[in-house]
Amino acid sequence: MKTLIRISTAAALAAGLSLGGTAAQAAGGHGGPELMHPSWSFEGIYGRYNEDQLKRGWEVYAQVCASCHPLDYMHYRNLEGLGYTEDEVKEIAAQFEVRDGPDEWGEMFTRPATPPDAFAEPYENDALAKLANGGVVPPNLSVMTRARDGGADYVYSLMLGYEGGVPEWVHEEDPDFALPPGKSFNAYFPGYAISMPEQLFEGAVTYSDGTEATPEQMAKDVTAFLQWAAEPELEDRKELGRYTLLFLIVFTGVLYAYKREIWKDAH
Amino acid sequence: MSSTPNPVWSNRAIKWVDRRMPIFTLMYNELVVYPAPRNLNYWWNFGSLAGIALVILIFSGIFLAMYYVPHEDMAFASIERIMRDVNYGWLIRFIHMNTVSLFFLCVYIHIFRGMYYGSYKAPRELLWGIGVIIYLVMVGTAFLGYVLPWGQMSFWAATVITSLVTPIPWVGEDLAIWLWGGFGVNNATLQRFFSLHYLFPMVIFALVFLHLWALHTTKSNNPLGVEVKKKADTLPFHPYYTMKDAFGLGVALIALAFFVFFAPNYFNHAINYVQADPMVTPEHIVPEWYFLPFYAILRAVPDKLGGVVLMFLSIAIWLALPWLDTSKVRSGRFRPLFKWFFWLLVIDFCILTWLGAMPAEGAYVTMGQWATAYYFAHFILILPLLGWFEKTKPVPESISAAVTAGHDKEAAA
Amino acid sequence: MSQAANPAGNDGGTTRRDFLLYASAGLGAVGTALAVWPFLDSMNPAKDVMALAVIEVDLSPIAVGQAITVTWRGKPVFVRHRTQDEIDQARSVSMSALKDPQPDEERAPRPEWLVQIGICTHLGCIPKGQKPSDPKGDYNGWFCVCHGSHYDTSGRIRKGPAPTNMVVPQYAFLDDTTIQIGEE
Repeated sequence: MKTLIRISTAAALAAGLSLGGTAAQAAGGHGGPELMHPSWSFEGIYGRYNEDQLKRGWEVYAQVCASCHPLDYMHYRNLEGLGYTEDEVKEIAAQFEVRDGPDEWGEMFTRPATPPDAFAEPYENDALAKLANGGVVPPNLSVMTRARDGGADYVYSLMLGYEGGVPEWVHEEDPDFALPPGKSFNAYFPGYAISMPEQLFEGAVTYSDGTEATPEQMAKDVTAFLQWAAEPELEDRKELGRYTLLFLIVFTGVLYAYKREIWKDAH
Repeated sequence: MSSTPNPVWSNRAIKWVDRRMPIFTLMYNELVVYPAPRNLNYWWNFGSLAGIALVILIFSGIFLAMYYVPHEDMAFASIERIMRDVNYGWLIRFIHMNTVSLFFLCVYIHIFRGMYYGSYKAPRELLWGIGVIIYLVMVGTAFLGYVLPWGQMSFWAATVITSLVTPIPWVGEDLAIWLWGGFGVNNATLQRFFSLHYLFPMVIFALVFLHLWALHTTKSNNPLGVEVKKKADTLPFHPYYTMKDAFGLGVALIALAFFVFFAPNYFNHAINYVQADPMVTPEHIVPEWYFLPFYAILRAVPDKLGGVVLMFLSIAIWLALPWLDTSKVRSGRFRPLFKWFFWLLVIDFCILTWLGAMPAEGAYVTMGQWATAYYFAHFILILPLLGWFEKTKPVPESISAAVTAGHDKEAAA
Repeated sequence: MSQAANPAGNDGGTTRRDFLLYASAGLGAVGTALAVWPFLDSMNPAKDVMALAVIEVDLSPIAVGQAITVTWRGKPVFVRHRTQDEIDQARSVSMSALKDPQPDEERAPRPEWLVQIGICTHLGCIPKGQKPSDPKGDYNGWFCVCHGSHYDTSGRIRKGPAPTNMVVPQYAFLDDTTIQIGEE
């Protein structure tokens, strides 16, 4: 038993090291500063979302991001998860137009969205999205925090990682670095040259709860919102996880006691 | 060894069935009174644990298949629907994803346990060989399954792995096209991978029964490596090992639950949450952790065909293990030199795992070549020679003798 | 581990062992049942399906004497804006003349609007009678061409093999021109 524990620990450490190595490799491959890590309400085994923050984040998304970035796989009804009532969700949905049809004359038409509708797409197709954005399709944001190493920290850092010009440390790292035309410098983006210009300027959003819209505030709120969009199950998952672990620990304890009781005879 | 008499059933329904097909007698003999060596330690837990992991995987997979859509335009979205809209879909998917890691971990421990205690030696060569084949089918199943979410890593892993057949002389190119059902990984590939991913676990399940059949014919090996000689050497499987296995299962489920509920994507690659794009290759293509050692071996050889051959040989060589190991002594416990080389192999395997995750450049390539060379040297040089040169320790006469002499405290624990 | 044997000794051993057996078996059974539930529940309709299980229908474009068919939970729902004639026909029938007696007041609380699931209760065909050009049967309502069931202007079975009236779904008026079908 002791050997087993010792060896398992060693194996776990080795596994941790090699996986950690992978992550470090992925993150370190393009240099740059370490990701910022603000405190998130959804971290840890008791992690929960903060509904006020999610609502503010939704306002940032709707007022700033939504004109270019889709939220695939999500529906207006999901907004009830932010704490909006059924009627509020209906009202929010009705502000957006979605394509429907064909009608009885065979024509496609637009109508105000209803809660079961998927979020309206900013562009009809990828070709249009490319045309409007310098040849790059703005990525879907609904799984963004799951789809990038660093998760929420990465999204948050990226939002605040813009700098007016190319800073000195980049030239120390790579003397030949030059920002291609039409790109912006972002310290956290792989390769530093990002197609999306800076968005979260002071006061870019009007919060309905009167919070002052500083870049840090907006970045934090919209990141929390995107985390929720990517992991809407998080609160249920962690709650069920706490009960499950508690049950399994008690159960395993009882099994261990019973196993010892039985094996007493065999010794 | 005294054989237990067949049970007499008092329940009339059981009696009726058992007379026509003695399934209850079979279960009684193989799961209840089956004489297991009394000194099996906790390393012997991992076989049954792997079996339970297989059952969890099949069970959760059946439910995932009720919602998953194997189509290039819908696969990714159908999984997001499972995660968001299907009741407890996220739970079922995370169980499926993380149990794969549990399965491979158990199987690796199970394999190395067999190597340390000489469980492959006569008369258990066939038992061991079936095990190696189970492992091979597992590798295939896991690979096929990883393609199904149709993320970036899915797509490019499928591209890289299926391209392994292209260096085969004469038929390589045609074989790849046949595997793909097209001129690259495409919708037809996804659909056949789904079909086979559903089939292979059933094959594994059948092979597990052969594995158990062989096991119950030759009986379990044990930490001392001496055969069971009398009744005092054994304990009935139930309740002794059923309860020991149950306790081990409890510990494993705690670990599994931790990952499922609190770090469900720990073993996954973030980039696989980006839908497959045949026009853009991700910066780093890294396989799942359980493939890393073999990936490192693949990359250690600068020649395309050589790498592929060596990678398959690195697993196939396990099949020859019973004949490569020339020592007369079965358990590593009584082989002072072998013990050292065994742990060196484990370390080498861990190094290969680590190298598999590193980029194939500079010092990593050289290290990978040395680690690969050592891996093969262990099997084709060290093991055969050790049998000649090693001075082994005296082996106890029987299990019960060793237990009463207190030689074997750990084993009896 | 063997050194740390149970100090209670043999006399206390049996009850302790029994207790541990029952505790293990009980927890194991409860745990298995709880673990199976999420899998079974996953086979229930998913959230996107449930989101469409309740629909709203705008009645304002339907003129008197017209009918529309909307799809609800995969079934056709007949919504008919009845004329005064049709209402009178439906309300003047005596209960004894009906195969499946049900007053029209019950089937159409707002007499001008009849809402029913448009499936013949015989073998599941969709009766004719929605379009002006359709046959309406002997009772001026709906006629199922599969096996000749005749429904009246209240959707009640009057003649033919169908055993019961067409089913009126759960619905409520949200305002004068909007109904919500399917609210529990």
